[in-house]
Amino acid sequence: MTVTLADADRDLLGGAHGEAAAFAMRLMVRFAEAVGAPGFIDAKAAHIDGCLYHGQVSLDFVEHLLALGGRVRVPTTLNVGSIDLIHPELFRGDGGLLTAGSRLMVAHEELGCVPTYTCAPYQTIFRPQLGWQIAWAESNAIVFANSVIGARTNRYGDFTDLCCAITGRVPNYGLHLTENRRARVVVEITDLPPEWSDAGPACVAVGHVIGRRCGERIPAIVGLPAATTEDDLKALGAVSASAGAVAMFHAVGLTPEAATLDDALQGEEPEEVIRLSVDDLRETVRNLSTVPDGTPLSAVSLGTPHFSTTEFARLVPLLAGPRPAVDVYVNTSRQVMQELEERGWDAPLRAAGVTVVLDTCTYVTTIMRDLSGAVMTNSGKMAYYAPGNLNVDVAFGSLADCVASARAGRVVRS
Amino acid sequence: MTGSAAMPIAAITLVSGKADGPAFVLKEPLSFWGGLDAATGEITDRWHPQSGAILADRILVMESGRGSSSGSSVLAEAIRRGTGPTGIVMLTRDAIVTVGAMVAVELYGVSCPVVLAAAGDWPRLVAAERLTLEAGSEGAVIGFG
Repeated sequence: MTVTLADADRDLLGGAHGEAAAFAMRLMVRFAEAVGAPGFIDAKAAHIDGCLYHGQVSLDFVEHLLALGGRVRVPTTLNVGSIDLIHPELFRGDGGLLTAGSRLMVAHEELGCVPTYTCAPYQTIFRPQLGWQIAWAESNAIVFANSVIGARTNRYGDFTDLCCAITGRVPNYGLHLTENRRARVVVEITDLPPEWSDAGPACVAVGHVIGRRCGERIPAIVGLPAATTEDDLKALGAVSASAGAVAMFHAVGLTPEAATLDDALQGEEPEEVIRLSVDDLRETVRNLSTVPDGTPLSAVSLGTPHFSTTEFARLVPLLAGPRPAVDVYVNTSRQVMQELEERGWDAPLRAAGVTVVLDTCTYVTTIMRDLSGAVMTNSGKMAYYAPGNLNVDVAFGSLADCVASARAGRVVRS
Repeated sequence: MTGSAAMPIAAITLVSGKADGPAFVLKEPLSFWGGLDAATGEITDRWHPQSGAILADRILVMESGRGSSSGSSVLAEAIRRGTGPTGIVMLTRDAIVTVGAMVAVELYGVSCPVVLAAAGDWPRLVAAERLTLEAGSEGAVIGFG
């Protein structure tokens, strides 16, 4: 596969925008060859997940770009890092990681990236718009941008996201092209379990199923409740991208490229139709917990992906009443935290003993104080990753069940 | 059929290099992030059927990639430390795997070739005990044994 280069690409390769841009463009040309992209288009924005420390290679790559005089050419947001830079005392890992992880985050700021440090950049002022061509990393952000907003990005990852930001160019393949955004699989929900009072668990169950069963194929989901919120779709996308390689879904009647099922399918027939019964949904949710009801808890962890202002608006009233018996952590962004303070919501959170974690997240780094018992979450993504990352048992439940369980000190359900 | 079973097959180069070693066939796609410990090369995804297996010095045979985009860094770090696979054979193109291997060779000069095999050759690849990879800019050859 040969890649056709525009004048802008040749300028970049020739060093017209500096040595770092030339290095980044060389890597992107090889990447474009590897993925079969015919050429490049302008990127309007980038979101970088390379600021999470995975070892020496993370730092070596960014320091190499800085040494070459690198600077991002488009507005570029940052995903979570390893450290809460606002509350570094929360970090419980080793000092070497604290130093290297902090340096990695600051080195990205030196490249001109905005210190958003959130996995939900779509719920900040940097939210992209319908039709924008962007270079985004972080699997949950990718699926949200494509599905809920209708911005266009492939699954960029560490290194390529930053190379796109440094060059301002993105390879024109995959989900940047309309024809590749067509649904291939239809997922039909007939009914929801009547005991589920909000759309949260249903969306997590559907997300888990499409992750397991759709692979990289784009599903069109039919039958989600009309009351499904943006935050429910965020949870759906996050677990689908954890359990599978889903980069985009359509929710018919809810997402912008799926006003009708026919729109989502772009007029073609689906390859497969998956029907989910009430029992399928119940069983999927049950299997997200590794422990039975009644198990003692060490902590409740919320905000994976980062909690939005509207999610806090649901949480704060639930906290009125007896103080939780176990630690409650909520991960969110600096921008949402500022909004909380402006609304005076930080006081009830503090009164309830809630630890608000910024810049990072409770399953990518060592923050939770006590991991001797199980951890409960309303996040399918957390339930998926925490057993492997943190070596803990998890219980999954709705937001209300998480708060009730935090008070009881054990897993309880309404 | 023993003669044809030992015949090398052609593949597409995603990342150049040479490698040989015992084959390790992933039964399900693996997310390197959250699923591979770069310090040890162990599969740590508890949901994965091969959880606990070690990928070091193996030729990894995997249909497709999966999961978090942070997988590129974990793979590159594992290659840098020598705990990662020595080569990777895939059935579908995967940007996360390709880039991880590409960065390891750019920054450290340690190569982990990545090649794309044809669907018709897949049954032989998943049955192989040992594989050799020779991946150059013109194309790749996968040998058995």
